[in-house]
Amino acid sequence: MKAAPFHFHQPATLAELAGLLTSLSNARILAGGQSLVAMLNLRLVTPDHLVDINKIADLATLRQTGGTIEIGAMVRQHTLLHAPLIAQHLPVLVEALGHVGHMQTRSRGTIGGSCCHLDPSAELPAMCALLDAAFTVNGARGRRIVPASDWFAGLMQAALAEDEFLESISITPWSGKHGYGFAEYARRHGDYAIVGAGALLEADGEGTIKRAALVLFGCDTAPQRLPQAEAALVGTRAANIDFAGLAAAARAQEMMSDAQVTAAYRARLAGIMMHRAVKAAQGRLNKERP
Amino acid sequence: MSARYFGASVARSEDARLLIGQGRYVDDIDMPGMLHVAFVRSPMAHARLKAVDLAPARAMPGVVAAYTMEDFAGLAEGPMPPMAPHPLIKQPLTCHPLARHELCYVGEAIAMVVAQDRALAETAALAVMVDLEELPAVADARAALQPDAAPVHLGRDSNLLASLHTQFGDIDAAFEAADHRLTETFATHRGGCHAMECRGVVASYDQREDHLSIYTSSQAPFMVRRQLANYLSRDEQTIRVAAPDVGGGFGPKANVYPEEFALALGALKLGRPLKWIEDRQEHFVATNQQRDQFWTLEVAFTASGRILGLKGHGIHDSGAYAPYGVILPANALVCFPGPYAMQAIDIRLDVALTNLVPTSPVRGASRPNVAFILERIVDKVARHLGHSREAVRAASFVRAAQMPYFTGGVARDGSRVSYDSGDYQVALDMVLEKIGAADFTTRQRDALKRGKLLGLGLAACVEDTGIGPFEGASLRVTPRGKLVIATGAAAQGQGHATMLAQIAADVLSIDMADITVEAGDTGRFPLGLSTVGSRIAVTAGNSVHVAAQKLRSKALHFASLKLEVGADDLELSEGAVQVKGVPGLKIPLADIARALAGTTGVPLPGGMEPDLAATAYFESSGVTFAYGSNACEVEIDTETGDTRVTRYVVVHDCGRMINPMIVDGQIRGGVIHGIGNALFERMLHDEQGQPLTTTYGEYLLPMACEMPNIEIHHIETPSPRNPLGVKGAGEAGTIPAAPCVISAIENALEFQLGKAAPFITHHPVSPLDVVEWLDGGQG
Repeated sequence: MKAAPFHFHQPATLAELAGLLTSLSNARILAGGQSLVAMLNLRLVTPDHLVDINKIADLATLRQTGGTIEIGAMVRQHTLLHAPLIAQHLPVLVEALGHVGHMQTRSRGTIGGSCCHLDPSAELPAMCALLDAAFTVNGARGRRIVPASDWFAGLMQAALAEDEFLESISITPWSGKHGYGFAEYARRHGDYAIVGAGALLEADGEGTIKRAALVLFGCDTAPQRLPQAEAALVGTRAANIDFAGLAAAARAQEMMSDAQVTAAYRARLAGIMMHRAVKAAQGRLNKERP
Repeated sequence: MSARYFGASVARSEDARLLIGQGRYVDDIDMPGMLHVAFVRSPMAHARLKAVDLAPARAMPGVVAAYTMEDFAGLAEGPMPPMAPHPLIKQPLTCHPLARHELCYVGEAIAMVVAQDRALAETAALAVMVDLEELPAVADARAALQPDAAPVHLGRDSNLLASLHTQFGDIDAAFEAADHRLTETFATHRGGCHAMECRGVVASYDQREDHLSIYTSSQAPFMVRRQLANYLSRDEQTIRVAAPDVGGGFGPKANVYPEEFALALGALKLGRPLKWIEDRQEHFVATNQQRDQFWTLEVAFTASGRILGLKGHGIHDSGAYAPYGVILPANALVCFPGPYAMQAIDIRLDVALTNLVPTSPVRGASRPNVAFILERIVDKVARHLGHSREAVRAASFVRAAQMPYFTGGVARDGSRVSYDSGDYQVALDMVLEKIGAADFTTRQRDALKRGKLLGLGLAACVEDTGIGPFEGASLRVTPRGKLVIATGAAAQGQGHATMLAQIAADVLSIDMADITVEAGDTGRFPLGLSTVGSRIAVTAGNSVHVAAQKLRSKALHFASLKLEVGADDLELSEGAVQVKGVPGLKIPLADIARALAGTTGVPLPGGMEPDLAATAYFESSGVTFAYGSNACEVEIDTETGDTRVTRYVVVHDCGRMINPMIVDGQIRGGVIHGIGNALFERMLHDEQGQPLTTTYGEYLLPMACEMPNIEIHHIETPSPRNPLGVKGAGEAGTIPAAPCVISAIENALEFQLGKAAPFITHHPVSPLDVVEWLDGGQG
């Protein structure tokens, strides 16, 4: 369980990083290392070059620009979990972060690392899908913005070219009184979820839902938004949400199976977690947050 | 003896060093010129090994050598010697240090690569070319015994390694006399040991001294030396085997392993020190596990709930080899009839070979498996009769007045099993009171309002501890008045050094701070066996006690001669022999030690033997039986099937406690181990014998967040079988924990489903099982 030999690079600037990625082949970017280092040691990945981006200060910024929260790819999960800016505007992210690994791993793990590694059961990519995050990709060929709907290119495969890197993630918060909910089931606290769900709701003063977003994760190779169920929610009274219908919609999604968890049990959990997430969002709708 | 330390929760003398990173584990050992080893292991569960080409590995950067077994011709040959030969095993079945012609499980070592560092060794190991012909594999112990099963080893006509049998009483009469009979089938599963420190070996050979030195993360360094000496045809004094600090053993480290032999052979061949540290992935395929036992048993009982007899059979998964003989299955049969007085039993256990990692005891050995079966049967009898679970136990327990109680069974050494002391009913009553069984139904109804099902679990156990024949100890006072205790018994974190020092400190009136303990090193003590079976407090503890008494007598005798005072008028106090009532009149032990160390030409007083030292090999006059009752509460999420243990109460009797804090630590860790067996740990393989759970993402160990607060209460019934009155405690937590948790799950399901609730016959139980039961109401 020792990594295969590789060349180690530690760029200090975005330009240096872009240059390295252009000139090197079979390179991997090292962010917080909470997944990659284990994969290196298991020799599941054997890059010729490891490019450590921990020294690039520009990647670790967290700021609000206009109506958008911009999270640098190297912002630590621990930082996000305790950032007042996130708590105020993206409370569902805070709730999800409490389920991401353990304090020790969150202190190193980054949002960008998680969103590039793309474990199907990971909370943060699912929340990015839920929040319609925009991924800012950079490289020698220049910047481009990838919407969350295009980010998930395949199993553990982000929409990044070999010479590109994820620079930041931009999220436009929902209105101040939106309802949010997060639920997941893992056998042990801190494990990757077997199945999880997230929900966001916005309603007018009369309690009619004006906007909804729903996501499932852990079920398929990438987080699943439920556009039909979202559309069905819009226009209904928040008090009259058809939870049974939502759970059925969640259960009807594509489900994986493995040696320990059947597709049928995943489907069962999908219904339960979706119900719980939407229920929590319903309860928080139009409430003042502390 | 006025106890100052014995019975007190003295802080562990090991901890300061270990907690600040000053421990010395195998991987902390460095030697000039040391090289690192990686093993090439079988990727298949069963294959013919046709050829191994080491040339590509030998050409890799940093590689110094690469070996297969053939390279050691002249040093040693053949399979490793069996550790525990048994008359029922007609043909010993152990592996070679490096495989020769056939591979029988995924992980079996084929070749070793020696390089400047471990990473280079691993890279080179990947370059070794291995030509294999895949053979049919057997991955299930039940399938192994089917007539058409593929052979686990080529050339063996059966996968049945041995068939063990235990019986006493007239089984037919017991079943005829019974009002009721029931037959049940059980599947018990336990994974591996998963000690924090994986195994590791450092081997070096000093050619001028012709001396081989082995550091190994072992529970049994003396056994390693014995077997290695046999294998290498060397005298034992030319080999030193030492277990330095060891980060947990839990049973599997009480084996002698191929890697220990391979490193020794490599060091002899190459003449340079070699280090191998087992990594976590190797641990899943190269360290012995426990895995499966399948049982079908019929129970006979009266209308009042008294259990009269048990008969039936089981199948035990031995894995691909039997390095530890049939210890594990034999242990299972010794565990019947548990804490229950029965008229007769008649049980057979077939030991099946499979193409999986060999098995040997994991904490509790087979005791947790048999406790699971017995406690499940008792619960079943209760349900069948409509009696409470505690009533059936009360009707069937061995009673205090029957002590010493001869069960009718025969121990592994051929002696009659006899429980020495205790009151099982008192422990059961106490645990029911402590958990608040009387108002449990109120809590159960309240929980339902929160959408949770609450269940109350119960389990009793009895455990043979302190098996002989010995672990000895030597005590010696240095010329500076310090006491050195040496013992063969190796420690793996239990706090032996503290516990043994407590015993000696009281007898000799020496401060704990002036005592050091040297353990588990063949260079420091002549004989030792193995730290297994909750035996060290009884064996080594009493040896220290007896040796301390001898040393005390010697010190008193010396002082009596010197001071011309009768020994009866002397006492030991603060590191000196003191004339009672005359504070100024004393001789420090340091002075006696110096005098008895001798001076050239000066005779020793009164013809005394030199050296202020004493050695004892206490031999227990019989096994000591610890016992207890556990109760717990589980909370089930009826939607997800998620099951949490929310409360856990232990009542336990291990005789007199030397250090209650250490006992509590042992029990608490043991309970967690048992909860892991009940709810989390499953070592999965596919039908070809490929392991499916080889990381901690897949193999679930219980973690802190999932563990309840564990409340522990003690009863102290001194064992009459040793001077200290102690019994073992190392496995006590594990043995009843799985049946206790499963009993609680079933109790919760009964609350929801009534008579349709399943009778749970396997562990671990997963949330998938629970939702299936909740949906279908069938077991």
